[in-house]
Amino acid sequence: MIEHELVIIGGGPAGLSAAYGAYENGVRDILIIERDARLGGILNQCIHNGFGLHKFKEELTGPEYAQRYIDLVNQTNVKIKSDTMVLDLSKDKVLHCISAKDGYETIKAKAIILAMGCRERTRGAITIPGDRCAGIFTAGAAQKYCNIDGYLVGKKVVILGSGDIGLIMARRMVLEGATVAADVELCPYSNGLNRNVVQCLNDFDIPLYLSHTVTDIVADENDGRVQKVIISEVDENKKPIPGTEREIECDTLLLSVGLIPENELSQNAEIEIDPRTKGPIVYDNLETSVEGIFACGNVLQVHDLVDFVSMEAERAGKNVSEYLKNGEVNSTLIKVENKEQVGYTVPQYIRKDSTDEDAVQISFRVRSPMKNKRIVVEANGSELASFPRLNLAPAEMENIKISRDKLKDVDVIDISIKEMQK
Amino acid sequence: MSNSYDFIIIGCGITGSSIALELSKYEAKVLILESSNDVSMGTTKANSGIIHGGYDPKPGTLMARLNVEGSKLTKELAGILNFHYNQVGSLVVGSTESDHKIINELFTNGTTSKIPGLKLLKTKKEVHDLEPNLNPNFDYALFAPTAAVVAPWEECLAFAQTAVGNGAEIKLNAKVTSIKKEGDQYVVTASDEKYCGTNVINCAGTQADIVYKLALGKDSDKSFEIIPCKGEYYLLDKNQGNLVSHVIFQTPSAVGKGVLVAPTIHNNLIVGPNADYEVCSRNDTSTVQKNIEYVAQSAVRSVPGINFRENIRNFSGVRATLKDYDDFLIAESEYLPNFYNFAGIKSPGLSCGPAFGKELIRIMGNKFTFKANSSFKYYPLPIYFKELSDEEKVAAIKLDNRFGRVVCRCESITEGEIVRAMHSIIPGRTVDGIKRRTNAGMGRCQGGFCGPKVFDLIKKEFDLDAEDILFDRNGSNIVMAKTKGEK
Repeated sequence: MIEHELVIIGGGPAGLSAAYGAYENGVRDILIIERDARLGGILNQCIHNGFGLHKFKEELTGPEYAQRYIDLVNQTNVKIKSDTMVLDLSKDKVLHCISAKDGYETIKAKAIILAMGCRERTRGAITIPGDRCAGIFTAGAAQKYCNIDGYLVGKKVVILGSGDIGLIMARRMVLEGATVAADVELCPYSNGLNRNVVQCLNDFDIPLYLSHTVTDIVADENDGRVQKVIISEVDENKKPIPGTEREIECDTLLLSVGLIPENELSQNAEIEIDPRTKGPIVYDNLETSVEGIFACGNVLQVHDLVDFVSMEAERAGKNVSEYLKNGEVNSTLIKVENKEQVGYTVPQYIRKDSTDEDAVQISFRVRSPMKNKRIVVEANGSELASFPRLNLAPAEMENIKISRDKLKDVDVIDISIKEMQK
Repeated sequence: MSNSYDFIIIGCGITGSSIALELSKYEAKVLILESSNDVSMGTTKANSGIIHGGYDPKPGTLMARLNVEGSKLTKELAGILNFHYNQVGSLVVGSTESDHKIINELFTNGTTSKIPGLKLLKTKKEVHDLEPNLNPNFDYALFAPTAAVVAPWEECLAFAQTAVGNGAEIKLNAKVTSIKKEGDQYVVTASDEKYCGTNVINCAGTQADIVYKLALGKDSDKSFEIIPCKGEYYLLDKNQGNLVSHVIFQTPSAVGKGVLVAPTIHNNLIVGPNADYEVCSRNDTSTVQKNIEYVAQSAVRSVPGINFRENIRNFSGVRATLKDYDDFLIAESEYLPNFYNFAGIKSPGLSCGPAFGKELIRIMGNKFTFKANSSFKYYPLPIYFKELSDEEKVAAIKLDNRFGRVVCRCESITEGEIVRAMHSIIPGRTVDGIKRRTNAGMGRCQGGFCGPKVFDLIKKEFDLDAEDILFDRNGSNIVMAKTKGEK
């Protein structure tokens, strides 16, 4: 059996940043396993700009951003196995993988970082009724056809969902010569970044129908390809309102209806999954419920910006180096609970006695858009910390840091959104 | 005439393929005409995928007899032909007095039809020991250990490729537009080609009456009528697949058999169907909001814990029910000698599978000289790479390293398997055709990741223009233009 100190599953932005973080902190036997032929993950098909503003203080395209980290990793002795699929992972950190080059292999690791990313929710996940014909794509699949393979999947397009990939693809389809008839969003607000709504829809005169959904898909007479979709307004419970149906002729429906962390391997390793994030439950050092297995990036929680993926992953890399030096931290735990308007938290637990980081970082998303509020951290009814925010939106991940000093005497902390103090 | 056959089979679903398989065991010239661009494209690919115990149909009916025979043969053939088959057993569950009475009747039916192993479970404990996730109210059940789940499209493909491997001809995209009797031969026109046949076997499923009427000509009013009846389904993620370990049927009522909940052959969970006679046409495989809601609401009455947020696909299929006749109609036409109808093949049609071919041989008696084909052999489906042992996997990759490249990550299907399916006896040439042959795209991402890769492989292997590559049936082209010139 091949052995490595650290194996990172996934060579996208999370995996690359984690490798860099671990190497910078002294780990010298690192293997990245990537299923695709090249590193970079989904960034390779994100040819638009807007990446790197936080991390590199510049506007980069997806491939450029990925290349920054590929270059950093290439300057180290980190080993790469690309075109290699991990088929199984066990909780004793044995990986089974195959590749065309090396065949079937088993690899044993002292520590593992999960960086497998996420997948798109499909038509089935949201149960859109209607004909089952060609012309219905997830936005990411359409993006691959368009940006990597060079094919336009449709000429008259409707987009369901206003997540960032959907917004980006609305603009891309127009730039490539298609017409985008509408973007239809179930929620009363967009689920993408505001800058994307402005730059991808408004600038191209693409109408955004908020509180609407697709209630039927109608194919042509051969049942071959989409011919039109029916959209309806929805009520406050997101149920279609009868009588509000309208037809939009189109040959293509793109779905941008959410992302799901890909944790099938994690579940093989018996790692506990949080039903809210669909990612592993982690401690403040990003270690999962299985000792020595860490998680970062979109496999842990779906991020809004790749910059934050990199920052989280570099932390995971650093924390793995601590684990490899000092072993598991034995500690009493502080439970982090999501309260009023907070959808989830990462981490879910804090190790009180950990010395890995001076401050504990907590990220989460809010349940609905709000203005002029405070993020409040409480324990036993008293405030430990408070962070004012002019704007809060479900599309944007929030990040707060709490000093460990404040957590000395608590067992549970509550994170909630509250009114500004008068 | 060069296009001359002993048998022309119209339709290559489970019925047509079963008949083709059986005929290929004899010295006979066989032609299969299929209107779609692949086999198993009608009811066969969109149903519950259940091999029923056989207690439902009234004893003595064709449905009862062929179901019992077919369920036994299906199991044997699954072992020979490698289509996926899992004998999970079934339960009909009930709680009220009237349920008990109906379940007892089913038990009596089944015993009369000589179904092996049937057993009544008469306490809550017995029922819930077998299926802990059932609604706690169920206190009575009929257990049928011979019930099974299969991949129907695989079974059909295995039958059809065995027939073709043994010399039967198959024409896809061959829609029959005329059938004329000339002397003792039938001249069948399909997609502008004429074929001559001594015997015609009508296995056209939901189109069977249309085909029959073509042959009857001016006597078309003597035909039976097919009433299409749509059934809609949920297919849920594998994380829901272990909610039940048997096929769970509700007690049938005046309204119908009810909605079943079952593990599929690939360990997903299948939920459905409803029975919609109202809005549906013969080719209508759409899903309708109120119907799928009905299916979900009915299913949770059997298994309350189903999480429909884990749904990965909805689909529907059309049953070919006969007007005013509640059995299969399998017979030589009264008006057209040597024209055989296999009509009204609704549930339990799939369960009868291999028995249809046997039945044809029986009803033909000595009307054809059935001489054994001494070179007959089975053409089994290849085994999935992921089902090989570790040693076999190593050997497979050594032989062809494309088996080391995973294309479908959700189901772990390799490039080697996908390319092999493109060069099999009846090749997969569409993205869904590859899915039915390899399982690529069947998983939780529903082809989001592997779709473009399969597309690319089809393009390369068949040297097709990108714009001509199909998702599934004709007209289902995937991409519409190139954005950056030829790749």
